[in-house]
Amino acid sequence: MAEILVVAEHDNAKLDKATLHGVTAAAALGTVTLLVAGEGAAAVAEAAAKVAGVAKVVHVDDAAYAEPVAENLASLVVAMADGYDGFVVGASTFGKNLMPRVAALLDLAQISDIVEVVGPKSFKRYIYAGNALATVETRDAKLALTVRTTAFPAAATEGGSASVETVQAVAPSDLVKFLGREVSASERPELTSARVVVSGGRGMGSGENFVIVEALADQLGAAVGASRAAVDAGYVPNDYQVGQTGKIVAPELYVAVGISGAIQHLAGMKDSKVIVAINKDEEAPIFQVADYGLVGDLFTIVPQLTEALKASKAAS
Amino acid sequence: MKILVPVKRVVDYNVTVRVKADGSGVETANVKMSMNPFDEIANEEAIRLKEKGAASEVVAVTIGEAKAQETLRTAMAMGADRALHVETQARTDTELQPLAVAKLLQALVEREQPDLVIMGKQAIDDDSNQTGQMLAALLGWPQATFASKIELVEGGLEVTREVDAGLEKLWVKLPAIVTVDLRLNEPRYASLPNIMKAKKKPIDKLTPEELGVDTAPRLTYVKVEEPPKRQAGVKVADVPALLDKLKSEAGVI
Ligand SMILES: Cc1cc2nc3c(=O)[nH]c(=O)nc-3n(C[C@H](O)[C@H](O)[C@H](O)COP(=O)(O)OP(=O)(O)OC[C@H]3O[C@@H](n4cnc5c(N)ncnc54)[C@H](O)[C@@H]3O)c2cc1C
Repeated sequence: MAEILVVAEHDNAKLDKATLHGVTAAAALGTVTLLVAGEGAAAVAEAAAKVAGVAKVVHVDDAAYAEPVAENLASLVVAMADGYDGFVVGASTFGKNLMPRVAALLDLAQISDIVEVVGPKSFKRYIYAGNALATVETRDAKLALTVRTTAFPAAATEGGSASVETVQAVAPSDLVKFLGREVSASERPELTSARVVVSGGRGMGSGENFVIVEALADQLGAAVGASRAAVDAGYVPNDYQVGQTGKIVAPELYVAVGISGAIQHLAGMKDSKVIVAINKDEEAPIFQVADYGLVGDLFTIVPQLTEALKASKAAS
Repeated sequence: MKILVPVKRVVDYNVTVRVKADGSGVETANVKMSMNPFDEIANEEAIRLKEKGAASEVVAVTIGEAKAQETLRTAMAMGADRALHVETQARTDTELQPLAVAKLLQALVEREQPDLVIMGKQAIDDDSNQTGQMLAALLGWPQATFASKIELVEGGLEVTREVDAGLEKLWVKLPAIVTVDLRLNEPRYASLPNIMKAKKKPIDKLTPEELGVDTAPRLTYVKVEEPPKRQAGVKVADVPALLDKLKSEAGVI
């Protein structure tokens, strides 16, 4: 059985969901060890040990890992690498930043953003903004993978009983320093794991107008996303961007409001179960992927939809 | 400060690519090619640093077939001073892979000794998002990926990065690798006089062999196929009709 090391993403308090999807992909390849490197992250290590499908947790507690600095985490993974046949991480910005550094240090080719495990060395992944699906096989002795989180179910957070082992930190790099973060605070569900997503595009016209989308999202218990055009125009922060070069989402319901449906946007949402498009241009390409299309002015339709949902809730 | 900017020739982002019927890859013959959009942003940033007096020279580099020189001309028309072309016949979307590209760039960095490499966070053909991080690893340099702002400070850079939760800020010591995201800047269009001037700027030609790098692929593209197609759905007349469909047909609310 292959030994697979999954690098856990966390904030020293909570395990990130991307990791749970990574564990599922890794479990299809071999025995899973979860690496929790952090500072004061004992609670994360404990939670990691309970994740179904995790055989072992390696916990490293050191100031070097207080923040997710790729240089330090990569050195740690490389120091542990001998015992493992593969290295896996979720294809979040954390994973995308880290895994190629690990792969190059170990002289391994990486396979990014896998959507299917075909065999022990063989995987499916999208290329060309989702226009083509490639089956890729590595000739290297070990695997270096990032995992598209929407393509693998999350491992259960209960049911596992992994052993927890602690190992020594590796001396941190003095070439890099973490200075801080600006987190977009929100009460809403997280975009990549929400059951419903409502996204606004350039058609919103301004950041203020996004209140229309937010009101609809409130009624649906949805996360709010956006097209690149809406982010570039400064209507919403960068972490709202759905698409080829932003976040990949696959909710039960995706509502695209004032979004034309460029291939780069579709790449991030076309695996949604049900897609609704609201657009005043009946020729907009978004209608080619939408299950339900409503042609008209979003400034009329979206508030109507919000009110109708409110009314139907009150009635039931 | 000398800046190296790797640029890749890719199928233009506006082209609807077609998968070849034999499953061997994507059709690139007679298709409009352009500089990878992220690399335009990287090149623009390097040129702005030079215009501000913070950089002394901007060197563009590409790896690819003979025609990839067009991409170098574009980079120089935007304002890069000179260029390096590592010529290979390998398909750059599938056969020449990120680790090999990182090794070629490592060899070029060792020759050119830049203080900073600015490059795109991903190429829009293979969508790998690996090369910058790999180059940083091979050189033992720090990396600041997905940059939306770069500030020069004593001894290094302060870089704002676009991450899933919002923004992060890092300090990296120079020399360093920066990979750029969409919000860093808006690249300029090259003016006609600058396009003419770029024709006279020098391009040095090299080969992977001269650089001593083995570029044999480690990954085999077993098959490239059309992704499953979504069925187009229906247009509904109004909001009540939509709600009805979502409740009774789709069952999602
Ligand atoms: C390298 C690169 C990477 C990219 N990555 C991404 C990515 O990750 N994600 C992404 O989304 N894009 C990405 N793009 C951009 C993409 O190509 C499109 O430009 C972008 O998705 C367009 O956004 P939009 O649909 O909001 O705007 P537009 O294409 O301008 O569409 C606006 C739509 O709103 C409709 N509209 C306007 N007013 C109203 C109204 N009052 N009522 C109803 N409808 C209205 C219009 O009919 C139109 O269809 C990328 C591009 C490049 C080059």
